[in-house]
Amino acid sequence: MNHQPKTNNIFKVIGASSLGTLIEWYDFYIFGSLATIIGSQLFPSDAGASALINTLAIFAAGFIVRPFGALVFGRLGDLIGRKYTFLLTLVLMGGSTFLIGLIPSYQSIGYAAPILVLILRLIQGLALGGEYGGAATYVAEHAPKGKRGFFTSWIQTTATLGLFLSLGVIVLTKNIIGAEQFADWGWRVPFLLSIVLILVSVYIRMKMHESPLFSKLKSEGNISKNPLKESFSKKSNFKMVLLALFGAAMGQGVVWYTGQFYAQSFIENTCKVDFNDSRYMLLWGIAFATPFFVIFGAWSDKVGRKWIMLTGMLLGVLCYRPIYQEFLDRTDVSNVTPTEIKEISAPITLRTAIHENGDSLATTTTIVSLLDGSSFHKVQVDTVYADASKAIGHAPVLYKDKKLASNDFWVFVGLIFFQVLLVTMVYGPIAAFLVELFPTKIRYTSMSLPYHIGNGVFGGLVPFVATLIASFKGSTPLSGLWYPIGIAALCFVIGTIYLSNKRDENVND
Amino acid sequence: MKALKRTLGIVWILLGPLSTIFMFWQAWDKISMAPAGIDQTNTALQWGIILLIYIPIAAGLVIFGKYALAGEFDELPTNSEEL
Repeated sequence: MNHQPKTNNIFKVIGASSLGTLIEWYDFYIFGSLATIIGSQLFPSDAGASALINTLAIFAAGFIVRPFGALVFGRLGDLIGRKYTFLLTLVLMGGSTFLIGLIPSYQSIGYAAPILVLILRLIQGLALGGEYGGAATYVAEHAPKGKRGFFTSWIQTTATLGLFLSLGVIVLTKNIIGAEQFADWGWRVPFLLSIVLILVSVYIRMKMHESPLFSKLKSEGNISKNPLKESFSKKSNFKMVLLALFGAAMGQGVVWYTGQFYAQSFIENTCKVDFNDSRYMLLWGIAFATPFFVIFGAWSDKVGRKWIMLTGMLLGVLCYRPIYQEFLDRTDVSNVTPTEIKEISAPITLRTAIHENGDSLATTTTIVSLLDGSSFHKVQVDTVYADASKAIGHAPVLYKDKKLASNDFWVFVGLIFFQVLLVTMVYGPIAAFLVELFPTKIRYTSMSLPYHIGNGVFGGLVPFVATLIASFKGSTPLSGLWYPIGIAALCFVIGTIYLSNKRDENVND
Repeated sequence: MKALKRTLGIVWILLGPLSTIFMFWQAWDKISMAPAGIDQTNTALQWGIILLIYIPIAAGLVIFGKYALAGEFDELPTNSEEL
């Protein structure tokens, strides 16, 4: 019995699967991209840095539940089929994203705001946990022999394109309505927009057919009765789950999130680059690198999956610190000399009362423009006491909203491109790699769990853990990188020693 | 290579509990260093989440090491019939 579809059909399958998955990633990432603004909306206004950390915790919670979504929906997918399961995940994701856009702020409903968002974020995580494994399995089970890496790599582009779409919608919305309106209510627009995208995707997916391999198993009465038990209590399968996690998925996860999410967070929050500039850099880097998902996916059909993925991890281990040091060096404006300055704006001082006795904070901002075309805001915050006999308290000068000179901007784009290129190496072939490790009847469950622990937990926690490490006493701005470097190095060692480089031509068991 | 795979199994078995102890020590250190009040609660919550996630993963690493030591990874399946 031949289950290989015609070429035009496989592209319909890829298109329909990828669109839905792309939208799910979009939904998932707009929260991360707007973490700072959401922090200011959901927590008390005097929460300061803890608001960001709490928001990242909520963000991280979305990742942590992904493995549970993988178990719940993976089981469903192996019992009732791939098609209906990832329809369900799509609806859950779209609904929860839309509702996040409707949650009132902390000023309106107090702590109910972050609690409601946390619940919706958990639903998002569960839905995504079920979605990816379904889409990858569905496409792989339609793919012809010898081209599984190439066809599943299209699904692999969706995570990065989802991030690209989320950044694009955010930047576009902000530019249309203005920064103040965006911070006030405009951040809700990307969330609300999701419902339109989801409806289109549900309509397309409704027209799809069930996976031919799953249909065959079902018609023969060979589907698993208890996929969870078969996946994790049978040693021959469970050892492959562990190998997939420690030898591939965890390294892939940290490389993915360092190259795309941590890079953006570092450039914006540590280097203090202007909001739009930091996003434009990432958009360019992603746009240039995305085709390489397909290139490395297709190449893995010829040379095997293992060494492409492990080379990406090794390059990450070796290059992250030099790359991020370069980010810091090129945005250091503390040693600008007067000969480099083109213009300094008139200082603008804002006073904010901090005490009933009349003590206040005076925030003085000047915009410094340099001859090379770059500029930055120099901010001096002074504590002015009502009692004139007390000396004015000076806080260290802050430099922020840095706009880079053209050559520096493109160097940043190049460095981000390189990091996303590493992402394409580790991520392009991994769907085919995971699909080939497990038999059809428990494939959805078995491949979803290591993927979501690796990508969701190890990877998703990169911004949170790295920010946490960088906040430790005695740490440097680069200290946070030890987390992804350590995990990627461990994964490289395990993968090198234990993984085989086989390409299984036949998954039609 | 088989000997290396098996020998490293001991490393993975040890790495699980040792890294867990390190994580607990870090958690204790950071929580006690945080200023009393909401900051300390916040730090405790963050580390609680991290430990809750980390312990099962460390247990998985021990099981992985046990399998490696027992030679379960000496030969991996080469086609779907062996899965």
